Formats: sequence, structure tokens, C-alpha cells
Amino acid sequence: MAGIKGSSLSEEFLEHVHQLPQGKSIDKCIQCGTCSGSCPTSSAMEYSPREVIAALRAGMLDRVLRSNTIWFCTSCYYCTVRCPAKIPFTDVMYELKRLGIKHKIYPRKDTNAVMSKAFTDVVSKYGRNAETELVKKYYLRSNPFKVLGQLKLVMKMLSRHRVDFFPHRISGIENLRRMIAAAQENGER
Amino acid sequence: MNTTNTMKFTYYPGCSVTGMNKAYDVSTRSTAKALGVVLEELDDWNCCGASAYMSVHEKRAFVLCARNLALAEKDNRDMVTICNGCYVVLSKANKYMAANPELNADIQKALAAGGMSYNGGVRVRHFLDVVVNDVGEEAVRRRTSKPLAGLSVAPYYGCQIGRPSGEIDDAEDPQMMDKLIGWLGGRSVPFPLKAKCCGGMMMTTRPKIGRDLTGKILKCAKDQGADCIITACPLCQINLEAFQDTISRKSGTDCQIPVLYFTQLMATAFGLDEPAVALKDCLTPVEAMFAQKGI
Repeated sequence: MAGIKGSSLSEEFLEHVHQLPQGKSIDKCIQCGTCSGSCPTSSAMEYSPREVIAALRAGMLDRVLRSNTIWFCTSCYYCTVRCPAKIPFTDVMYELKRLGIKHKIYPRKDTNAVMSKAFTDVVSKYGRNAETELVKKYYLRSNPFKVLGQLKLVMKMLSRHRVDFFPHRISGIENLRRMIAAAQENGER
Repeated sequence: MNTTNTMKFTYYPGCSVTGMNKAYDVSTRSTAKALGVVLEELDDWNCCGASAYMSVHEKRAFVLCARNLALAEKDNRDMVTICNGCYVVLSKANKYMAANPELNADIQKALAAGGMSYNGGVRVRHFLDVVVNDVGEEAVRRRTSKPLAGLSVAPYYGCQIGRPSGEIDDAEDPQMMDKLIGWLGGRSVPFPLKAKCCGGMMMTTRPKIGRDLTGKILKCAKDQGADCIITACPLCQINLEAFQDTISRKSGTDCQIPVLYFTQLMATAFGLDEPAVALKDCLTPVEAMFAQKGI
């Protein structure tokens, strides 16, 4: 982790982004800030979307990867549809998440990162999401006491038959696992 | 396209509607039936590869998508989903695999490891699009036996139905539900926050941010004089409906308002009974609202 410089991260990152549909447009960012102004969570981010590209150009992506920024993306795609340079910014955020995970520089305790990990774990197990198990995993790995604040809601949901205790495992789960393993042979993305 | 031929689709329910949002699945099936739309559930479907997954493991997520699409391809029909999250991810997989031969080759190789293949032939649709653009105004009006007279409805689309592609509706000012509400005899209120973000997973992971975003949407709907909100996405529905007590208490403003799926509103206007309307699953006083309006 200590050996990774922001500038080499920038190179690796750009190589990936350039392969995305419309990805080359990232070179044309004019720093107008439309993305930051349109982002529903940018006010809570340590670096706004506009600043992410500024950091990329300054060879300081490592700071962005350590911050909460990319984990606060809700996938609303406002940045993507409004960008005058047509940068697929939501995909840029995703690339950054993957870059951070690959180099093990990301805020592992960030609740959004914990949630993503819990989600992928549940899907690997069953082939589908299982809400009760997801919530259980999420709170156990983040802050178990927070679940107490949800008890009233859980009771209400129970009374409306909206809690499903029995996960469904798809019958083709072994097949799916073979596919996922095969996809990873040529490298993770 | 108004047609008298049977409209038949492959149905991809998605994980959310098998758990806390069963009402969406139930009311989708019942309204489809009432409109003569045949939804045949995809056999042994898996997770769509949801944003929470795709954003951290893109290639694996595309494999999840591709398995569903490969299963659907055998039936040679459009595949209909009811969740915005599934819709955006499955559509994206189609698009990205077509655009990137290298990625496509990787995914094909992965599918082959499980004895499957996908030729890119399945069009992914949202049920709202099917109702508004395939079934259409005439058939919906004809089926409406209990018009929603006097009911003001705020149509909440969320993000991932018009964005990013804008293929089926405007990216910032979508209109499909606005039209549908009118066909059902109700009034759609002008709703500036109709396509703003509900907070998605943030409601669980960063509740303060989630409540802030959702609170604005709820307040806007009330300010616009809406009796209720309708949604086309399970995550939006639960976010808008389940936290109204806390949001009202913390913000000091009354944010209590019934929230339904557009399919529940249709089922009501079609005069369907329980369990087909699934109003009993609502956390907000939906039945009282209809009773008060004499619907």
C-alpha cells in the first residue's frame, strides 16, 4: 500500500476507463462542476466528483481512494446524463471502487463498503439476495447496536408479512459458481 | 402499439420482490393478467448483478446478468422486469457486452463453463414501459372500472428508469406514470422531485443522508397536494414508506403519506380485490385513503 503512488494509479485507472463506452471522454473534462452540483450526496463527500478528476490529473488518486467519496455514490446517474463532456461518471466511480479494492486502499470500515461486501457474499452463497441474511451480515460487520434502532420497524414489517426468513438458493448455483470462477481466470474487473 | 394479439413476455421478478416487496410482484401479476399480458416467469433466475455488486465486481456482475439473459434467450421474447435496479443493470450488460468484444469473449467463456451461451438477443423491458407503450391508453382506460376520481397522485420514478440511457423516458422529467395516472381517472400532481434520488442503500448505510433525501421527496409530494405517491421500484418504495415516522420526528414536519406501487394503483382502478391488490402489505394507511375518497 505504501509503495503505490497516485500517479501510477492514475495510469492504471485511465487504461481501464478508456475501455468503457464513451470512456475516452474523461480526457475532456472541463472542470465545470455539473457532476458535483447534480450529485445527491456530494455535500457529504470528502472529494466531490469534480475534485476526483482534478485529483486524477494531479496524480493524487490515492487520496480519493482512501476517502469516503466513491462509496457514497448511489448510482443515480445524474452526473452521467448531465456531463457536457459525456463522461460516464457513474462508471468512473465504479472503476475507482475496483481500483481501491485491487490495491487494498479503500476505507474498509465505511458502511457502504461493508454493505457491498455483505451483498456480494450473500449472492455468492445463494445466487440471489436474501434480505434478512444481508441485513444480519451488514449489522454484525458494521455496528450490531444500530440494529436496535430498527426494531420498531422490523416489528411493523413482520406484522405486514414483509420479512422473509427463508433464503432461496437457485438450483443452478454450482453451475453459476463455475461461470464466475471462469470469468475471473482472465483477471478481475 | 395496441394489438389484439396476446402479449407474452419472459418475466424477471428480481430478488427484492420475493421478500419485503412481495406486494409489487403480486400486483404486477394480477394487473398483467387483467390487461391480457402474459408474464411467464424465467426459470431459476439469479440475482441481476445489482449496482451494489456491479460497482465492485463488474465482470462477475455481467456473468450474473448474462446467465439470466441466456436463460431468457431460449424463449425468444422480451424480458420484463419491475425493479429499476434490475432494469438498469441488465440493460447495461447487454450494451457493454455488445460494445466490447474482449469483455464479451470473457463472458461467453464464463457461460460456456456452465454449458450456456448468449447471443445478445434479449431486449430488457420495464413493466411500466410495457403498460404505457405496448398495452397503451385505450386498453388501460377500457379496463378501468373504478376510476380514481378526486385522487391526486405524485408519480415518483426514481433514478434508474430514465437514466442513464433515456431510452424509455426522459432522464430528468419522465412522463410514463403521469400519463398512466390520468388514464386511471386520477390526477397527477406536478412533482419536481419525481426523478431525484431516494438514497438507495444509503438509508441503511448512512441513515442521516438517506432520510434527508427521502424527506425532501415526501415533503415535496405533500406540498404539491398529493394524496399518495406511486413508485416503480422496490427500493424506492421501501425507502419512501418505511421511515416516515423518524423523518417526520427529526425534521419537525409531517411527512406521512401513503406510498404504493403503480401496479397497486392500477389494480385498485381495475376493481381487483385482495389478495390481488396486496394493499394489506402497505405500512402506510392506503386503504383508509381510498375509503375516504370513496374509491
